[in-house]
Amino acid sequence: MTGAPGWPPNGSADPAGRPVLRSRLAAGEVAVTAEIGPPRGADPDAIGRKLEPLRGWVDAVNVTDNQSAFVRMSSWGGSLLALAAGVEPVMQLTCRDRNRIALQSDLLSASALGIPNVLLMTGDHPRFGDHPGAQPVFDIDSTQLLWTARTMRDEGRLMSGRRLDPPPSWLIGAVENPFAPPTRFRAARLGKKVAAGAEFVQTQYVFDVAAFAQWMAEIRDLGLDQRCRVLAGIGPIRSLRALQHMRANVPGVYVPDEIARRLTGGPADRVADEGLRICAEIAQQVLAIPGVSGIHVMVPGAEQVVPEIVRAAGIPRRQEPPPTAAAPDGSGRATGAPGGRSGRAH
Amino acid sequence: MTNAGNAPAARRRPGRRASAAAWPRPRRPWLPPGLTYRVQGLLVPNRFYHWLARRLEAFPAAYWLFTAGEKTAKSAIFGCRMCGQCALPVTGYACPQTCPKQLRNGPCGGVGMDGSCEVYPDVRCVWVAAYERAERHGRTADLRLLQRPLDHRRWGRSSWVNYWQGRDGELWTANDGLAAAPEISRPVPSVPAASLAAGEP
Repeated sequence: MTGAPGWPPNGSADPAGRPVLRSRLAAGEVAVTAEIGPPRGADPDAIGRKLEPLRGWVDAVNVTDNQSAFVRMSSWGGSLLALAAGVEPVMQLTCRDRNRIALQSDLLSASALGIPNVLLMTGDHPRFGDHPGAQPVFDIDSTQLLWTARTMRDEGRLMSGRRLDPPPSWLIGAVENPFAPPTRFRAARLGKKVAAGAEFVQTQYVFDVAAFAQWMAEIRDLGLDQRCRVLAGIGPIRSLRALQHMRANVPGVYVPDEIARRLTGGPADRVADEGLRICAEIAQQVLAIPGVSGIHVMVPGAEQVVPEIVRAAGIPRRQEPPPTAAAPDGSGRATGAPGGRSGRAH
Repeated sequence: MTNAGNAPAARRRPGRRASAAAWPRPRRPWLPPGLTYRVQGLLVPNRFYHWLARRLEAFPAAYWLFTAGEKTAKSAIFGCRMCGQCALPVTGYACPQTCPKQLRNGPCGGVGMDGSCEVYPDVRCVWVAAYERAERHGRTADLRLLQRPLDHRRWGRSSWVNYWQGRDGELWTANDGLAAAPEISRPVPSVPAASLAAGEP
C-alpha cells in the first residue's frame, strides 16, 4: 500500500487533488468504494436515500449501468444525483448498449458534468436481463473502450483522430475477475487493460483469498500494481439462499467449500452475522496483500450494511474527506449538477 | 464483474436457454492448433498472392466466388462470420467473433469455473479454447497484443485478400503496449474507398 509517487501514471492528477478517490489512491491510503444500483423508476431521491448510510464511510460509489442487463435509471443520471447528494460517483459504462459514437459522447458528457471517475467494462449480455430480445451492441470491447478513453483524455483525440477541445478528465477504471478461467491469463488481461489506459481496477468478489493472492503475485511480477491501483471486490453472503444463488447462478463467482461450511454449519439465524464476519475477515486479509490499494464493497440491495463491513475491516470512518478534498466547492467541476452541492459529505 | 454480482435468480432457468440463434455462439475449431499454425505459413503474403488479390479485386465475380470459398472453409472450421479482419493467427486459431460479446481482447469475467460460456453455458468459452490452444504451442504472448476496434465496413469482405493487400498489419499492436502507449487508430486509409464501395459480395 505504499503510494508509488508515479501514480496516476500519466500524471493527470487534478493539481488541486480534489476528487476524493483519486487523491486517496494517489496518497497511497486505503481506498473504499461501494456500489449502488440506480432505481427502476423516476424517483430523484432514491439515489440520495441509498447513499445516506454510506456517507463518510466510502471515498466513492459506483453507479451501475443497467446491471445484469435490467433497465434502471442511467449511470450518468445516477452519477449526477450522487454528486448532488454529495457523494463522489464512479460512473460505470458498458459496451453492451452503445456503439463507439455513443460511448465517446457519454464519456465527454461525464467529464463536462463533473463526474470524476469512470469504470469501463464490457457489460452483461442482455440474454439474461429483463429485455432478452434486445439487440446487444458490443461494437468495441472493454479494453478498446479503456483505450479510447485514454486517447480522448491524454491525447485529446477521439478514436477517429479528431481533436477534442478541451479534452475530458476522469480517472479511468477497469474491472477484472481473477478467478475465472483461463486463470493463468487473468493477470495478463489486466496488463492489456493497463496498457490501454486503466488506472485503477475493481475485482470480482473475492472469497478465495489464496487464489486472489496468487493473482496479485502475478500482478506484481508484471509491475502492474505500480501503474494501476487494485481495489479488491468484497461482499457478504447474507443468507443460505444467497449462498446457493452465488454458487449456482452468478457467473465468475467462486465460493470455496470452507466458506460454505462456515455459513451452513451454524444456526440459521446467525448466517447473516457470520457472512458479515467472513466478509470483514476477507477484507483484512486482502488489504494485507502487497499491492492492494483498497476494497470495493458490493452489497446489492442492502447498501446500509457497508459501514459495518468497513468498520469491521478496521478502516476508520472518514470523518471528513482527505484534507485536500475538503475544499468548500467539493469535488470539482460539478457546477451543473442538479440540486447543487448542499449535501456534501462530512 | 460488479454487474454480474447483481444477477437475478432467474439467470440460469432452463426454460430461458432457447432462442438467440442469431447471436454469435462460441466455436471450438475442429482443426488442431499445430495444424492451423502450419497452414498459416501457406498463406503468408508473397508476390503471387499480392497479384492474385489485385486481380480478384478487379473482377467482382471472381472476388465473390473466392470470398464464398473462403467463407465456406473458414466457417466450417472456425465458425467464421466474415468480419474481414481476421485475428485467428494471434488467437490460437479460435475465432473471437464467435464470442457472444464479440470480445477481441480476451475473455469476459463471466466464464464459468468449468470454462463454460456465460451466455451459452452448454458450450466452452472461445477464449478459454484460444488460451489452451495458444499455450500448447508457446504462443500465449500473442494473446497479450492489443486488438484495435473492428472496421465494421469490412464485414463480408475477404480477409485473405485484405491480408495479402497489406491491410491487416495494424489490426493489433506489435507488442503488449505496456512500454509505450499504443495508438488506437489504424493508419488511414487502411482500406481503399473503392474496395469498400464495391458492394457486399
